[in-house]
Amino acid sequence: MKRIISILIENKPGALARVVGLFHQRGYNIETLNVGPVFDGTYSRMSVTTRGSENDVEQITKQINKIIDVIKVSDLTEGDHHEYEFIMIKFRQSEKIQKILKGLNGKIHEKNKDVMVMSAWGPSGDIDIAIKAIGKANLLEIARSGSIGLHEGEKILKI
Amino acid sequence: MKLSGGDLLMRALKDEGVKFIFGYPGGAALHIYDSIFKQNACEHILVRHEQGATHAADGYSRATGKPGVALVTSGPGATNAITGIATAYMDSIPLVVISGQVQSHLIGTDSFQETDMIGISRPIVKHSFIVKNTQEIPRIIQEAFYIATTGRPGPVVIDIPKDKTDPSKLYEYKRAKEIFLRSYQPRVLPHPGQIKKACKKILSAERPVIYAGGGVILGNAHKELIALNKILKAPVTNTLMGLGAYPAKDKYFMGMLGMHGTYQANMAMHNADVIIAIGARFDDRITNTPSMFAPDAKIVHIDVDPASISKIINADIPIVGQVKESLLALIKEIKRSKIKIDSEAVDNWNMQISQWRAKHGLDHDLYLSKIKSSMIAPQVVVQELYHATQGNAFVTSDVGQHQMFVAQYYHFNKPRRWINSGGLGTMGFGLPAAMGVKLAFPKQEVVCVTGEGSIQMCIQELSTCLQYNLPIKIININNEALGMVRQWQDMNYGGRHSASTYSDSLPDFVKLAQSYGHVGMKVTQQSQLKKTLDKAFAMKDRLVFIDVYVDPNEHVYPMLVSPNGSMKDMWIKKNTKA
Repeated sequence: MKRIISILIENKPGALARVVGLFHQRGYNIETLNVGPVFDGTYSRMSVTTRGSENDVEQITKQINKIIDVIKVSDLTEGDHHEYEFIMIKFRQSEKIQKILKGLNGKIHEKNKDVMVMSAWGPSGDIDIAIKAIGKANLLEIARSGSIGLHEGEKILKI
Repeated sequence: MKLSGGDLLMRALKDEGVKFIFGYPGGAALHIYDSIFKQNACEHILVRHEQGATHAADGYSRATGKPGVALVTSGPGATNAITGIATAYMDSIPLVVISGQVQSHLIGTDSFQETDMIGISRPIVKHSFIVKNTQEIPRIIQEAFYIATTGRPGPVVIDIPKDKTDPSKLYEYKRAKEIFLRSYQPRVLPHPGQIKKACKKILSAERPVIYAGGGVILGNAHKELIALNKILKAPVTNTLMGLGAYPAKDKYFMGMLGMHGTYQANMAMHNADVIIAIGARFDDRITNTPSMFAPDAKIVHIDVDPASISKIINADIPIVGQVKESLLALIKEIKRSKIKIDSEAVDNWNMQISQWRAKHGLDHDLYLSKIKSSMIAPQVVVQELYHATQGNAFVTSDVGQHQMFVAQYYHFNKPRRWINSGGLGTMGFGLPAAMGVKLAFPKQEVVCVTGEGSIQMCIQELSTCLQYNLPIKIININNEALGMVRQWQDMNYGGRHSASTYSDSLPDFVKLAQSYGHVGMKVTQQSQLKKTLDKAFAMKDRLVFIDVYVDPNEHVYPMLVSPNGSMKDMWIKKNTKA
């Protein structure tokens, strides 16, 4: 099953590589990865999606927690949460693609006679479906942010 | 007074109480070496290969409980240190490894002797630092020692670009009163509720087993372990890393468990109703097939590292905490508890274990056998060594059959006496590790039991032993083959000895030892063995290399049957399953 692991990590050189490296070392895969500094910028929040059983994810989170630079780890998918992903797509004029992306909170960034650039956001499951529906025709480029998410309600991940 | 980066480093090491630095100089480390020259708080031991430096620091740490320190230069110096760092990482040994790095402005330009040490060492360190500002050096050293020695210990690398130790740039030395890292709180006390649950489960056990590993030694908790079993009177087994955590002479001790563990220890694990795992990690050399592991057992698992719990075998009662504090809490709870131990059941269980021991236990009196075979059995060498040293020596080993024979036949009654590479299984570990031990304990007997394969992986350290006058005794159990490889080839590959023999091209070890300025002795007959050992141990101030030719066809037994075997499935001798 797909999991979203949220990590608060010291904003130090090499810290990101320690987390990314660990997935490979322990035989797990990263599907998507998103990272950026938050609050005072001394630490970052990472969102990593991976697939695995409950045991796998428990082992991954325990091992991530052992990384000295990691402050907090939480498997968002354990409880209720919000999850979204952002994409940008460049394509040749296509009513079909425009329509699909508009269904996903789409926004047009560039439109001329040759290409169009649009962004859209939604739950990554919906993004997957949309990308599949778009197909290959007229499609030039896609960039995905990877899933990011937050716990529902009062629960927060903080230092 | 203001200090250069190199002097800051040396001052910080002095303040950490460092006595020895094992190292090898080179371009990027030269400023640091000049600072070493100008001080006398830390003695620098010049090894002959950086692998030797990390193993020697590691051996020093295992014997003393203090962190070991190694210093290497950039590039090849750093990469040569990697095997030793990985060895320490797998066995959770606290090391601080300092590597020189090329100047900051050259990093990333493929400059001479440049390698990304932080990147290369990342998967095999507990943590690593690269020095960005010279004035950080004292704080980084403090943090490195703190991280290396607390929680589950491990090696820490500090990479220092050469310009950060520039002798012309001076800074104030500042030492923090205490270290606090918001992302690292290693001190964990056991949860009282879990201790209560464990107590209840343990006291109501009919077939309990204590399975204690290296964590008991690293956590300095052997006294607490003994105290616990004064109450429980349960059979105890130690892992390869745990030998010495519980006294081998104690009547409840069953010997080592696992791949080459004793029959009674493996049978006890398989048939237990409660397994109390303490500072052990259910590694694949212990459990055999995990799904067939100890089918009736409830598992109580104490470990400081939560990631070790329920990694391979699910723990019914996990206790995350330092071993010592956890055992003390458990003992207190047991004393307070109203549950009575079912002594009759536990007595019967101990009786059952005695029967297993009588049936297929190891023969510890092989050396007394009147039947003198033409070739020396390697087990006899270890038994004779045990008697020649009255069981009091520090024994280091390399990896392979000889290592298993020592684990089986040298009875360790104290912790930190048995020093070997358990997790990584590093050939070449034994001799440099023995140097570290001998420097820490110059008046104690330090023996390196090795094989003619392993010893050649770090043989160059014989030169270091001469330079620093380290009268180690080396017992080379020489079967003219890579014994453990050969054993597997005998058992699983139809006896095809692919790349495991070299009997036509071995050096004359006696002459080799002599050419390094040491004493060499050769033994080929069992009748000479005891006399030669006595003679060697009488030479208190000389390193003696004793080359003992043994039966090359000997195998290590018992041996777990794999794949698809449980802990009760063992080869007990050649072609015979229990």
